[in-house]
Amino acid sequence: MRRLGLGALLAVCATAPLWVWNPYHLHTLIMAGIFAVLALSLNLLLGYTGQLSLGHAAFFGIGAYATGLLTVKLEWSPWIGLLAATALPALAGWVIGRLALKLRGAYFVLLTISFAGVISLVSVNWMDLTNGPLGLPGVPPVELAVPGLPALSLRTKGAYYYLVLATVVASYLFCLALIRSRIGRALVALRENETLAVSVGIDGTHYLVLAAVISAGMAGLGGGLYAHYTRFVSPEVFLFSYTVTMVIMVVAGGKGTLTGPIVGAVIFTVLPEALRELTSWQWQMLLYGILLIAVLFFMPRGIVPTLEARWRRP
Amino acid sequence: MAAPVTAMLEVREVAVRFGGVSALGGVSFAVAPGTVTSLIGPNGAGKTTAFNVITGFQRPSAGRVSHEGVAITGWRPHRIAERGVVRTFQKTSVFPGLTVMDNVLTGLHLRGRVGVAAVLLARRRVRDEEQRLRQEAERVIEFVGLGRRRDELASVLSYGDQRLLELAVALGAQPRLLLLDEPASGMTASEKLAVAALIQRIRQQGVTVFLVEHDMRLVMQISDCVLVLNYGRLIANGSADEVQRNPDVIRAYLGAGARVDA
Repeated sequence: MRRLGLGALLAVCATAPLWVWNPYHLHTLIMAGIFAVLALSLNLLLGYTGQLSLGHAAFFGIGAYATGLLTVKLEWSPWIGLLAATALPALAGWVIGRLALKLRGAYFVLLTISFAGVISLVSVNWMDLTNGPLGLPGVPPVELAVPGLPALSLRTKGAYYYLVLATVVASYLFCLALIRSRIGRALVALRENETLAVSVGIDGTHYLVLAAVISAGMAGLGGGLYAHYTRFVSPEVFLFSYTVTMVIMVVAGGKGTLTGPIVGAVIFTVLPEALRELTSWQWQMLLYGILLIAVLFFMPRGIVPTLEARWRRP
Repeated sequence: MAAPVTAMLEVREVAVRFGGVSALGGVSFAVAPGTVTSLIGPNGAGKTTAFNVITGFQRPSAGRVSHEGVAITGWRPHRIAERGVVRTFQKTSVFPGLTVMDNVLTGLHLRGRVGVAAVLLARRRVRDEEQRLRQEAERVIEFVGLGRRRDELASVLSYGDQRLLELAVALGAQPRLLLLDEPASGMTASEKLAVAALIQRIRQQGVTVFLVEHDMRLVMQISDCVLVLNYGRLIANGSADEVQRNPDVIRAYLGAGARVDA
């Protein structure tokens, strides 16, 4: 039954570009995929270690700028750009983690917020490097080059959709393997009972920093995908609202589960767009807010855990 | 030259002061390998503080702690656990949201090796190790007698079972020196007997046991050596019989006016 459902879901996802005719709807799905990667990334920290990063847009933005600058200014391959979009934010995550995770809790929240603020200012004011508020236009599309065949440019929405889908699946599988390994158990142990965890030899700081590095790297990859999709990077990528959206997706979807953030990402990307089509703009955000509050009120643990519990006890 | 017998644990002149209050005032003792040693004393005597210092949860104001001849004073708790010095806690301490199996698997953390790279690239190695750890955990769960509770959440276990689980988590970390902070507190008489038997079996496996306990019958029954703390000072050190006859100990427990021959 479960297998059947998973197969059907994969089939629906894999064929979406074939039956989603409206390019705007396809665009929404691509954004949902990018946000799914971001939500999975935030969930590693928020859901599994209990540490709240309110500067996650910084890692997203650094990723976008990393590949944007390398491919526009140095004309490097977008694949190397995407690699750098993962590595550079991971490095930033390491620095932030080292600085803040010895103290944790509120200190981590504050440091991540300030970090995002500083990075955002740098992107606006370092004109020589980033073009400031004008942003970086002309980020090249990703090209799929298989030796012996003509290079395939992922310029169309349909093609890019598959790149994003593949990244979501890979991120999900990576998180799944990580959480089921001793690393995942160490993270959960630190969240559940830190004193006991360190007493059996789990190095608290090491594992929290590790989670921050992986989480930041994944968020950066999401930023890289975003840059090559919109083909444009501006300081807007550092907006606090990106972070808030990620937090909403993780918390409403179900933090500390792996399907929760993905479900949250899809719902909370599609919902505002659906409301836009159904109502006028005055009602759009109001209804969004009311629906969000309703979800959190009736499903405080998140959509996926609540539905799972109901499924088990009909 | 014959090597001197190194103590499993040596505590020298350890003092802990909280502001003006002295919790431990220069305590020295040693725990011999392969023994069951008990630390007793009235409430507030500094027993748990001593445990905290030994396992790295409390930095001493003065003095040193060494494990098998290696100074471990001021080390962080996880590094001390890596050396095989593992403790349990006075207040029941498990991972409440995890199953018994996952609790013990978490305790087995140090016996695993895989890192992020292996999770990404060497799936087979990860699977093999996971299988080995599960077998290991199974063994520990059976050892403490929680076999039938394996898949239950720790939070729904009875109090006695939670204390057994706590022991299982600590045993998972493969201790050579196991510190138990009141392992039998709050237990029924029959549960206490089971714990006493369990401690004996742990010792038979070559693990040195050092425990804080209030139940004197249990202490006298299983200890090779008993240390008595009072007001942060060691007032007696010897076999169970010697300690029970020690006038200072009787006074500490019954009050200054007590007559020793009473």
